[in-house]
Amino acid sequence: MPKVTFVAFTGCVHTVEVPVGTTLMRAATDNRVPGIDGDCGGNCACATCHIYVDPIWSDRVGTRTATEEDMLNIVAEPRGNSRLACQIVLTDALNGLIVSLPEAQH
Amino acid sequence: MKTTASVEPAAIGAAARARAALLPLEELNPADPQGFVDDTVGYVFERLRREDPVHRSHSPIPGIDTYWSVTRYRDIMQVDTSHGIYSSEDGITLMDFPPGDEQKLPMFIAMDPPKHDEQRKAVGPIVAPSNLNNWQGLIRERTAKVLDGLPRNETFNWVDKVSIELTTHMLATLFDFPLQDRRLLTHWSDMATSNKLTNPDAPEPEVRMAELRKMLEYFTRLWNERINAPPRTDLVSMLAHGPATRNMGPTEYMGNLILLIVGGNDTTRNSMTGGLLALHEHPQEMSKLRANPALIDSLVPEIIRWQTPLAYMRRSALVDTELGGKQIRKGDKLAMWYLSGNRDESAIPEPNRFIVDRERPRQHLSFGFGIHRCVGNRLAELQLKILWEEILRRFEVIEVVGKPTRIRSAFVRGFSDLPVRIPS
Repeated sequence: MPKVTFVAFTGCVHTVEVPVGTTLMRAATDNRVPGIDGDCGGNCACATCHIYVDPIWSDRVGTRTATEEDMLNIVAEPRGNSRLACQIVLTDALNGLIVSLPEAQH
Repeated sequence: MKTTASVEPAAIGAAARARAALLPLEELNPADPQGFVDDTVGYVFERLRREDPVHRSHSPIPGIDTYWSVTRYRDIMQVDTSHGIYSSEDGITLMDFPPGDEQKLPMFIAMDPPKHDEQRKAVGPIVAPSNLNNWQGLIRERTAKVLDGLPRNETFNWVDKVSIELTTHMLATLFDFPLQDRRLLTHWSDMATSNKLTNPDAPEPEVRMAELRKMLEYFTRLWNERINAPPRTDLVSMLAHGPATRNMGPTEYMGNLILLIVGGNDTTRNSMTGGLLALHEHPQEMSKLRANPALIDSLVPEIIRWQTPLAYMRRSALVDTELGGKQIRKGDKLAMWYLSGNRDESAIPEPNRFIVDRERPRQHLSFGFGIHRCVGNRLAELQLKILWEEILRRFEVIEVVGKPTRIRSAFVRGFSDLPVRIPS
């Protein structure tokens, strides 16, 4: 089961362990990690699961989908390492992943 | 002879229910504003979701004519997130104007990428989460002042004294608009959404446009002041200095002003009224809330779902496509009925109950989904949260002492009157 660490805007750290195949968004919401809303239920349609991928993980996490690219246009403070957590599926290769959260979701 | 106005609401409801059940499907036209005045359109949606979830209707109102109704949550999600297939460029309401008609104004909600994205980015920061903290103290102060000034032991209109007052204050703050003139914003918002074709009591189109031109004049003065000053954090200054918006022509400026005024006014205003009414009609939920004010966090999105202050958004198909088994032709227009999707039992458990501690209250459609999702959603939530915190702190009871009067519109789902009384 991959482990993933969420670093909140305040610096507060949450590490959770979830089954392979879980999205990063569900990893947060199912474990009550604050700061990720997922209002659209994982349809890449609300941009309320915005996260920043730790640079050392960028290659393994992969690239944005076209829809995700569109939705990242509406978040506050997008950066080069911005992703929507609902579009990242956790695998064993992502065991140890670290992401940080924006100040708040759009 | 009895007029419609004197018929008991229960009878109106029963008749509408029977009509919705018995009419041939092809005669069901949910965009009929009467169903919104009576609050009976829900019966039509109930049947459509069951029997014809993607439904073609004809409206007798010129300019609306033939349109598709998308009534299920999942189909609405699909249309809203497919901006490459379903365009916003023809406008966000079902009404079509002849080409070149000055009533059709350009605004970013009615644009497709890339222009939409550029203009939206210019105003987004003002309502971004990091900026909301700056507003919080001011919203609370103004909310407290309005509530403390309410009459006691007498009947008054909650819409006018609370909902309009608070949302107009907020808008004036966002625009850095002279506070003493703030009711002009309400007036212009009402003018902008008025439509003679759907509401016989609305002003003539020439009168409407003349009033909107006054709005443009007023705001052009503010624009000129701000463009000659260093950039500030109000919306007018942001538009005047933003690279994507500073070269807008007058009609585009007007269009975007209307978008922001209506978006920040009609919507939250009607959620402020609808929330009070919903809690009055569900006394058990009010008791739960009084016992545990922390439930305000889930109350707020539940109010926004329940009210659905914009009943639909319109899209136009850019290509021939299929939706819910129906053939949609290039150029066809569709209404994504958020009001119906928010009552869809296949997506929302017990959708016809107002539940203040709902498990996933944020998964409603009222803000839309996809790239046009409401830019001011967090500000709206913040205003409602503060309103309810301050209400619970002050008043043991707010009595709703009469029936609400609803607006004659299938687009803005709202109220003009809700008589209430606060005992001393």
